[in-house]
Amino acid sequence: MTTRSSSALQVSQPLSFTLNGHVVHHQVAPHALLLDVLRDELEHKGTKEGCGKGECGACTVLVNGRPVNACITLALEVEDADVYTIEGLAAHDAHGRALSIVQQAFVETGAVQCGFCMPGMIMTTTHFLEHNPNPSTRQIRVALAGNLCRCTGYHQIIDAIALAARTNPDRGGA
Amino acid sequence: MSFRYLGLDAERTDAANKAIGQTHYIHDLSRPGMLFGKIKFSEHAHARILNIDTSKAEALPGVRAVLTAANTPEVRLGFLRDNFALKRDKVRAFRDEVAAVAAIDPDIAAEAVELIEVEYEPLPGVFDPHEALAPNAPLVHDTDARGRPVTTNRLPLEFAHESGDLDDGRSKSVHIVSGTYTTPLIQQTCMGTAGCIAEFDTHQNLTIWAKTQIPFLAQRDFNRALADMGLKGRNSRVIVPALGGGFGTGLDTHVYEYLSILLAYATGRPVKVLYNRDEEFANLSPRQSSEVTITQGCDAEGNLTFRDIHVLQDNGAYASWGATYPSVMLMPATSLYRVQNVRFASDLVYTNNTYAQAMRGYGNPELTWALESNLDDLATAANIDPVDIRLRNCNQPGETTPMGLEITTCALDQCLEQAAATIDWDAKRAANNNGATKKRGVGLASLIHVGGSGRIYRSDASGIILRLDDYGNLYVYSGSVEMGQGLHTAVTRTLAEATGITPDHIFINQTDTATCPWDVGTHASRGAFVTCNAAILAAAKLHEKLFSAACDIFPAEITKQHKKRCADADHHLPELANLSPDDFHLLDNRISLKSAPDHPCAHLPVDRLLRAMHFTDQGQMITVEAFYDPPSVLPDWEKGYGNMSACYTFGTQAVEVEVDTETGDVTILDVAIALDVGRVLHPKALIGQTLGALAQGIGYALYEKVHTSQGRIQNPNFTDYKIPTAVEMDFPVNIHFHETNDPHGPFGAKGIGEPGLTPTAPAISNAIFNATGIRLHHLPMTPESIVSALKTPSS
Repeated sequence: MTTRSSSALQVSQPLSFTLNGHVVHHQVAPHALLLDVLRDELEHKGTKEGCGKGECGACTVLVNGRPVNACITLALEVEDADVYTIEGLAAHDAHGRALSIVQQAFVETGAVQCGFCMPGMIMTTTHFLEHNPNPSTRQIRVALAGNLCRCTGYHQIIDAIALAARTNPDRGGA
Repeated sequence: MSFRYLGLDAERTDAANKAIGQTHYIHDLSRPGMLFGKIKFSEHAHARILNIDTSKAEALPGVRAVLTAANTPEVRLGFLRDNFALKRDKVRAFRDEVAAVAAIDPDIAAEAVELIEVEYEPLPGVFDPHEALAPNAPLVHDTDARGRPVTTNRLPLEFAHESGDLDDGRSKSVHIVSGTYTTPLIQQTCMGTAGCIAEFDTHQNLTIWAKTQIPFLAQRDFNRALADMGLKGRNSRVIVPALGGGFGTGLDTHVYEYLSILLAYATGRPVKVLYNRDEEFANLSPRQSSEVTITQGCDAEGNLTFRDIHVLQDNGAYASWGATYPSVMLMPATSLYRVQNVRFASDLVYTNNTYAQAMRGYGNPELTWALESNLDDLATAANIDPVDIRLRNCNQPGETTPMGLEITTCALDQCLEQAAATIDWDAKRAANNNGATKKRGVGLASLIHVGGSGRIYRSDASGIILRLDDYGNLYVYSGSVEMGQGLHTAVTRTLAEATGITPDHIFINQTDTATCPWDVGTHASRGAFVTCNAAILAAAKLHEKLFSAACDIFPAEITKQHKKRCADADHHLPELANLSPDDFHLLDNRISLKSAPDHPCAHLPVDRLLRAMHFTDQGQMITVEAFYDPPSVLPDWEKGYGNMSACYTFGTQAVEVEVDTETGDVTILDVAIALDVGRVLHPKALIGQTLGALAQGIGYALYEKVHTSQGRIQNPNFTDYKIPTAVEMDFPVNIHFHETNDPHGPFGAKGIGEPGLTPTAPAISNAIFNATGIRLHHLPMTPESIVSALKTPSS
């Protein structure tokens, strides 16, 4: 987290974007980070801060479909953008909740331990599988290299992503 | 034995919430009116504090408190009482806390910390444990906890062992090899950093949401701090949120927690202190560095004749529980493989480095690294295959080791054979690397670890409370902590097995010292072992109460039901007179008769029985409790003797590597793991623990080191401190679990949290030795160290 000078308790600026499909109008400080705005102001606590400097991937969110580290992204950079966080993946309606294919696969393969890295892992995976419906194990591993996990040793995470790829109805050929 | 719930791959109870981002860690919690605390750390490794000027910080709008030793009651901590929440006269490490601020937001708190001005008189520091033991070394502590002058940097702790006759063992040796092996400072790097929220009620009782693995020992520590603050008799309630990784970081209370408490008390507001990653690297206690010197001998056939070990540990500036690593080192030192004549000695030394604490394995990886590397050299000296020398000296069930460890079950011989066979040992050992710049080799190493908890405190117990509601739901209150290891899933499945209540009706409550019974802490691979044992005891009491009530209620309800629903049916009710509690069983939430388990109407949903018990004159509801203390003893540490665990986990890891002799790069090609786990409670969680520990073992072996310069940490980030990523872990791992069904284990299970990383570094080193002929003595085994060793002519 960057330190701001309290003496310059700044002029906040308007910010509009779409968060998990809903339009958000908000006022943010010019230096405010997307991660802090999501977590502390918009109460989306699912996105985690693991390092605060773009090294661990725990804060990964999708901005216009691309994974970014919210901890090193200024909130004002998402003006007019379409932002998805972990809270936006599962489907909810009056009949209940349905986990996304990726989320379900992580649950089924036992890929979840302490869970802190999971939101970032799952966001990265969601983007990756959209662009690589039939990945090799090596491709999965390289795609995940920016998401650190200290609990699992990654094997069951790789299994989860392979399972999600197999389950994906959009997958060509299979 | 056949099971309905154990050994099956059910979904983990906590997985879905974590996958949708609805699990709440300390980072996600806040309290109404909460302030944010921030700590001012020392700018010197060793210095006298001359003056602290807090006036500018206090004047900053939004600041609510600035605490220094000058305006705060003295709060001591650490089991040697050698540490202080705020340092008064002297700092002994860069991470020493000289002031703390509470403010209305984290940025203001950080700015206020920058405004605090401290005048120091620098003192010469000591950063190497050898130098710290030198006669004229600067003293880190001038006095002990009672204020008596001290003359040495050596900690007043003895961990030693001597058994048999070392000279006799030496004289009978045909081959003797020695070596000194070092391990670095490494960080646990939980993905969720450390933090807490402290809050006082109007009666000055404390509630603290803490990232801890020892809620009840923390309660004791915090109550002691309250007494130091003039609040003797006030109580601490410790609530444990989702942890975000433990790995030993939560095995002691931390200065930041005491500062949060002091700030909350000073302001009358809840105060949160949360470390960012830089602060975590610089100020959270790592795994300490060690230097192990070992000599082992064997006769001509390879039978071990003696083992002589000395350990030197850089403790850092204060004593945390990590100082007691030798208590666990004694176990492999005396008891991994059969050896009669053993000496173990240790020196624990204060320095001006960061002070260390627990990390997964707790001394065992350090000692096993030395022991198993050295044993490989002994095999080479004796010209015996490394598998054969280990099998020849293998532990066996029923034996008592020199330390007095009583081995109940042990499949180490099978683990050795299995791991070797899986890695294709014989063919790959014989492979010819001549001429190639990339050389391949295989190596293996084994482990012993406490499998039945590890008694390092006067109680090694774990309590559990089970409560049934009117709807047949079972609520569980346990003091042990789910850190991500899968404890709640293991307890849920065990309780389903033991009670007959289905897992979807079992709810495990948040660990909270106000509602849960005492537990010594979730460490020593003990969580599932002790909690599931307690759960099985409590389940029997639950059955006793339910079935006693059923003696009267069951016949009445069944008869009523039969008349209503089965009047036309051709079946008859079984005999319902004179039933005793032993006549019943409970399965899938239904109570039925053992004599007629499948009778179409002689069964009663447990919720109906519960309501019948509740809604009657002098009604009853069911709550039971059990307190399980394993059959073990607190060892005499100075003699290094005592059966510290109810049973022991054994296993072997075999690794195939490829070493690029030009670059020094080590690529892991294949891993085979064989573990004697007693019983598989939940396969995916067990595999996850084993693989996750393996990754930590690989990080320890090849990548990880906290670099320090004159006590200052140089690489406090994931760019410069490398933990394995998915790319490094790209190799097959074959895992075999041996179910030895230990008599003390819950359904036979042993603890498995730490074994997975214990033998990894020596297994890799032994494989590098097989590939290249170089014997490495220092972790991590970096490409630089390998290239350097390859260039050094072997002696």
